[in-house]
Amino acid sequence: MELNSRIPDGPIEQKWDKHKFDLKLVNPANKRKYKVLVVGSGLAGGAAAASLAELGYEVECFCYQDSPRRAHSIAAQGGINAAKNYHNDGDSVRRLFYDTVKGGDFRAREANVHRLAEVSNNIIDQCVAQGVPFAREYGGLLDNRSFGGAQVSRTFYARGQTGQQLLLGAYQALERQIGLGAVKMFPRHEMLEVIVVDGVAKGIVTRNMVTGQVESHVADAVCLATGGYGNVFYLSTNAKGCNGTAIWRAYKKGAAFANPCYTQIHPTCIPVTGDHQSKLTLMSESLRNDGRIWVPKRKEDTGKPASQIAEEDRDYYLERKYPSYGNLAPRDISSRAAKQACDEGRGIGGTGRGVYLDFEDSIKRLGQNKIEERYGNLFEMYERITDENPYKTPMRIYPASHYTMGGLWVDYDLMSTIPGLFVLGEANFSDHGANRLGASALMQGLADGYFVIPYTIGGYLASIKPGSRIKVDDPAVKATEQSVSEQINRLFSIQGKQTPDYFHRELGKVMWEYSGMGRTEAGLKKALELIPQIREEFWHNLRLPGSGEEVNQSLEMAGRVADFLEIGELLCLDALNRRESCGAHFREEWQTGDGEAVRDDENFCHVAAWEYKGDGSAPVRHTEALTFESLHLATRNYK
Amino acid sequence: MSKHLNLTLHVWRQKNANCDGKFVEYPAENVSPDMSFLEMLDIVNEGLIRKGEDPIAFDHDCREGICGTCSMVINGRPHGPKERTTTCQLHMRSFKDGESITLEPWRAEAFPVLKDLMVDRGALDRIIAAGGFISVPTSSPQDANALPIRKEDAELSMDAAACIGCGACVAACPNASAMLFVSAKISQLALLPQGQPERYTRVRDMVAQMDAEQFGTCTNHGECEIACPKGIKMENIARMNRDYIKASLTYRPATFGGGAG
Repeated sequence: MELNSRIPDGPIEQKWDKHKFDLKLVNPANKRKYKVLVVGSGLAGGAAAASLAELGYEVECFCYQDSPRRAHSIAAQGGINAAKNYHNDGDSVRRLFYDTVKGGDFRAREANVHRLAEVSNNIIDQCVAQGVPFAREYGGLLDNRSFGGAQVSRTFYARGQTGQQLLLGAYQALERQIGLGAVKMFPRHEMLEVIVVDGVAKGIVTRNMVTGQVESHVADAVCLATGGYGNVFYLSTNAKGCNGTAIWRAYKKGAAFANPCYTQIHPTCIPVTGDHQSKLTLMSESLRNDGRIWVPKRKEDTGKPASQIAEEDRDYYLERKYPSYGNLAPRDISSRAAKQACDEGRGIGGTGRGVYLDFEDSIKRLGQNKIEERYGNLFEMYERITDENPYKTPMRIYPASHYTMGGLWVDYDLMSTIPGLFVLGEANFSDHGANRLGASALMQGLADGYFVIPYTIGGYLASIKPGSRIKVDDPAVKATEQSVSEQINRLFSIQGKQTPDYFHRELGKVMWEYSGMGRTEAGLKKALELIPQIREEFWHNLRLPGSGEEVNQSLEMAGRVADFLEIGELLCLDALNRRESCGAHFREEWQTGDGEAVRDDENFCHVAAWEYKGDGSAPVRHTEALTFESLHLATRNYK
Repeated sequence: MSKHLNLTLHVWRQKNANCDGKFVEYPAENVSPDMSFLEMLDIVNEGLIRKGEDPIAFDHDCREGICGTCSMVINGRPHGPKERTTTCQLHMRSFKDGESITLEPWRAEAFPVLKDLMVDRGALDRIIAAGGFISVPTSSPQDANALPIRKEDAELSMDAAACIGCGACVAACPNASAMLFVSAKISQLALLPQGQPERYTRVRDMVAQMDAEQFGTCTNHGECEIACPKGIKMENIARMNRDYIKASLTYRPATFGGGAG
């Protein structure tokens, strides 16, 4: 397998402009002769489907939800970064580029990140033109807030619902194209296979989640924008339906999977209350601006109410360990410190897996009104879920799986190692390196969808003869469709005793224990022993109700769990092979005396991209060297 | 922590849109008050699967009150007893030990039942497709700050934009009217300068689609506002009605001149 990133030549500031000029164009009259499939309707997919249809391509868009407006981009709270420098505080494209590469611990591809920073400003202009109601100041201009990992104010937001508003902007653009007949929308359709003919992506196979019908869709190019695989941990901040099936099936058809071990744990989520827990809810990171994080100094005090623990008996551990960043230390550092405190037996709450986020001092200093103005909706949500009033008792928080930086490998044009298969947004690997900064996921999703793929896909399509599309009754198409039906039948034929959720929970426990916040060689090897055992049991003891020819949510879940049982294994294998600590990937063997990550640039300054070699065979690890021409490799330091 | 609950569920079961449905009783035992309502249903469903029975189908996704997927009528109220709370954020501590709970799908002509508690809300998407947007293709618009917008207008617009499109307003309305949903989008865009060029065509097109989808008309019951988990206000309906009247009075069929050159 060849990993050619196809990064254009020239100075980094000119690469994208030059590349846009060099890309071949498709004649306007020919555009309608090309069909593009977009899988996923979140920020990346929705924006791509709308933009490609506006250009004149025939577009079909697929999502598993009942409406494209419900994709999980909608849940992003905090904001979206852009290098507008509206505050005259020294921001620039170069600074956003630098912060993103540094935040990713120098494990992202420079040229891609620079392009992201370049188009960031255009995204804000586009969204405002669409009617996205961003927060404004009294003068009528756009307001900004600051976010972790940056020293400038560059985050645009719409209350605590930025993801929702950006998604609705993209969704409305998409619905406009649907209304015009330029996009055909397939809601409640799950993609179950990529159709690859002679090594080129020619379409997809889907299951209609209402009728159960397995259908083939053929096209000239396919874009996957299906999000991340964070639900491999079972409990995560992802929606229940988020899954890795589309990218995993593509991997098994020849698309390289890059850096699967780069998974982000978010430090401020509401802790687990019991075995019934089905998902975790994130509390915006912005709370750490005014909340102080602590646990009791002594184990014996963990059972007492917070109010009965004297000030001198509290350990404000982030302030103690990181005096200059304090409670605003980056996500990975804060998460690991919370785990460490709980591992020492000083965790609070019923399960001992929680730390306090305390607003008492801020309320005293600023008054309750000010805190309410800043975080009212978050406090309300916290109380709704926990039945505790955070104005009176400190919040309880704990880290949870939140985002996956790894994903399908793509070149500069966002094309995977399967020609014709493009990958956008969280589903690809390219921009965040080993750790993503807050408010950068929305930026990347929209950058890929609005401003990258509309250009780069043209370069690919221009190389294909218009009207040369494969027919839907081609034997190769029918064979792929048949393989999907067989997989469904295989799941029904097991007739064991356990539910899909049972296996998902079992996998999640292993993933969280051995491949969560801290990873060791022994732990990862243990996980690589346990995961195949769970998978084995899954394929012998799964029980599915009903049939495949109707609404069957258990079948949907079983298919996704089957894939997670394989993704988890590759994730652990990648973590085992990356013998360094970088960003969110923390190998306990590689740390300094005071617990800081130690990177190994000499041996691991590369992307690891895995090639599938068949069930039962070990996948092959390929590398793409990362070269830093514009920036110097430096050690991340937030002390 | 308070003690666990034992409840009786009366759940609407319907195989698909073409079959008749009926209520079926299920026990929900040993329910922790810390569980969310959907987690309680997850456990009931796991029990049904293990017994070889068909689990209850219901729509859900984000489980944090923002995607708008979850949709069930609980004891006669869309999203259940707690104000401004979606079903997924409702917790079992809102119920008493021994209580009976009735679960039904959204009931409306425009929302056909797909299975059990799951309905087809595609009509809401089609209303947006008819005009719920600003026609601006992906391109290079002017700098975002070239168009200052009064903070008060931006805030009101955001209030309306907070709609999650769940359809609880339709389910709550005795007329199955979708006017709270439609007016929220119309208001959001009508309050912004960017929304002005299409303001009156938008309201005409969206209302026409709303009628075509068989939604009823608002007769000011106000049930929608109470049921709305996001606090969308009826004043949006008033704003929509004003714009609709103006649009109707000033409507002129488009005339097209000849091509240039």
